[in-house]
Amino acid sequence: METATVISTEKLTKRFGNFTAVNEITFDVHQGEIFGFLGANGAGKTTAMRMLCGLSNPTSGKATIAGFDVFRQTEKIKKNIGYMSQKFSLYEDLTILENIRFYGGIYGMDRKTIKTKSIELVEQLGLKEEASTLVRSLPLGWKQKLAFSVAIFHEPKIVFLDEPTGGVDPVTRRQFWDLIYSAAERGITVFVTTHYMDEAEYCNRISMMVDGYIKALDSPANLKRQFGAANMDEVFYQLARGAKRGE
Amino acid sequence: MKTLLFLLQKEFTQIFRDTVILRMIMAVPVVQLLILPLAADYEIKNINITVVDHDHSVFSRDLTSRIMASGYFKLAGFSASFNEGFAQMETDKTDLVLEIPQSFEKDLVNGEKGKLFIAVNAINGTKANIGAVYLNRIIAQYNQNIRAEMAPVPKVAALPTIEITNLNWFNKYLNYAHFMVPGILVLLVTMVGALMCALNIVKEKEVGTIEQINVTPIRKHHFILGKLIPFWVIGMFVFSVGLFLIARLVYGIVPQGSILLLYGFLSIYLVAILGVGLIISTYSNTQQQAMSLAFFFLMVFILMSGLFTSIDSMPEWAKWIARFNPVTWFIDVMRMIVLKGSGFQHIRLHFIVMTGFAIFFNAWAIINYKKTT
Repeated sequence: METATVISTEKLTKRFGNFTAVNEITFDVHQGEIFGFLGANGAGKTTAMRMLCGLSNPTSGKATIAGFDVFRQTEKIKKNIGYMSQKFSLYEDLTILENIRFYGGIYGMDRKTIKTKSIELVEQLGLKEEASTLVRSLPLGWKQKLAFSVAIFHEPKIVFLDEPTGGVDPVTRRQFWDLIYSAAERGITVFVTTHYMDEAEYCNRISMMVDGYIKALDSPANLKRQFGAANMDEVFYQLARGAKRGE
Repeated sequence: MKTLLFLLQKEFTQIFRDTVILRMIMAVPVVQLLILPLAADYEIKNINITVVDHDHSVFSRDLTSRIMASGYFKLAGFSASFNEGFAQMETDKTDLVLEIPQSFEKDLVNGEKGKLFIAVNAINGTKANIGAVYLNRIIAQYNQNIRAEMAPVPKVAALPTIEITNLNWFNKYLNYAHFMVPGILVLLVTMVGALMCALNIVKEKEVGTIEQINVTPIRKHHFILGKLIPFWVIGMFVFSVGLFLIARLVYGIVPQGSILLLYGFLSIYLVAILGVGLIISTYSNTQQQAMSLAFFFLMVFILMSGLFTSIDSMPEWAKWIARFNPVTWFIDVMRMIVLKGSGFQHIRLHFIVMTGFAIFFNAWAIINYKKTT
């Protein structure tokens, strides 16, 4: 299947002083794809993702996100993407509906649309009863599902997820991936970093980062074949064994 | 514009939900304005005095009772000898020792010079100095009285003397509250505004929500306005509580000048001082850092504002610091409008300078606030 390219990078690099966090990474991501961005701790995943979101200026290389340049058009990029960081980033002292309204509002949605869509959303998430409770009092799994839904509430072209399922139980993780699939079906491209190798299997394609480089990039099935591995865990071990950085 | 409304709605929801902040906004101005002006009083009272009376005469007892009746002194005790009195000073039980010699009455009656000795504890310099001055004045007056008594009919025509009468303009009775309350009100607005504004943004940094904001297409000036406006409103509120509730009802201070002019200046001042808070927030990553930075600047701002010490008597370099201190200008305006009733033409320069501060600080904050690093 040949669809439009929504993320395209060429030799994208980020240096902090002498330390090269991300070293000349080159890859393309297509529309509607679920792209897994894997790597050990300290491999440079988060830095790479922050560059793609316009949060961090690249040192060199090229990249376009949704057709916009990461050097000059960061604000246009921001209109077209959603982002969910490692740290939970909804306002704990606001209610579910207030959070949705706020984020919808700053993406330029009008109040009427926000209202109808947020009612739909809380029903869909099964949070209708809790719609007016403070986010602070929700269990972690619900918070994560809510954060994801808020990140795609304004229907972005791409959503970036930075380890979205950290610390979440397996059942909730499963539900979380259902949400990801339904977003991808609607044409939203999903760019996700994860530590869980079973989650890697859910992706259409994955890239493996080691010490700032992309060491492998293909579908999970092809990677397993390529490395003669039974599962993604083994692929990961083979690639990450040589890593010098990380904890 | 629409974005800004969403931002404001969110900020106000959060502020009204935070009961600690709400209580602070209500209680701080009331408590501080009730307590501080009473304590921050330049008038020195309760000076401890030890009297060493070797004379035990009518004159010496009369002098002692006059001193005590003045209201400035508190009798720490009578001592039999100067050494005993001095020991009390060494243990800080007394600030002044007055020694009356044995021949005091005799000398006076005989028309000779009476001699008194005062020892001053200069550890608390102000208290001791002012105490000595008060004491000298009382003794001088006592001296005149006995001269008048002993020589009821002047042998020669009255000696030419200069008598000074003074009148205190703008604060007739030298009421310290009138002098301090407007200034303290300025400090309150400054502290509440700058600190709350800085901490609010840094809290978003700590929690991580600022990153979420930074990946949205929100404009920098919208975000900053969204933070500025709520605290501007709070500053206005705190000031009004202080001015109408406490200053007027408790201290009876009614601004002589135009209230509108006062609020006009306040509104610019708040923008400037909130700008300082914003700058602090852009340089700190944790609330602790923001607190330390804010405290440093607020200390300098407050101590060099001319509220506690006169700027005219500062060294030249310190005067320059005071000139670059927004608090100085507002305290000046407060005193001019509230006590003196000055009009716009008298504080035009203040308006220009404060507008300059407001533009400068906020431009700095906007430039330094980075969505992308």
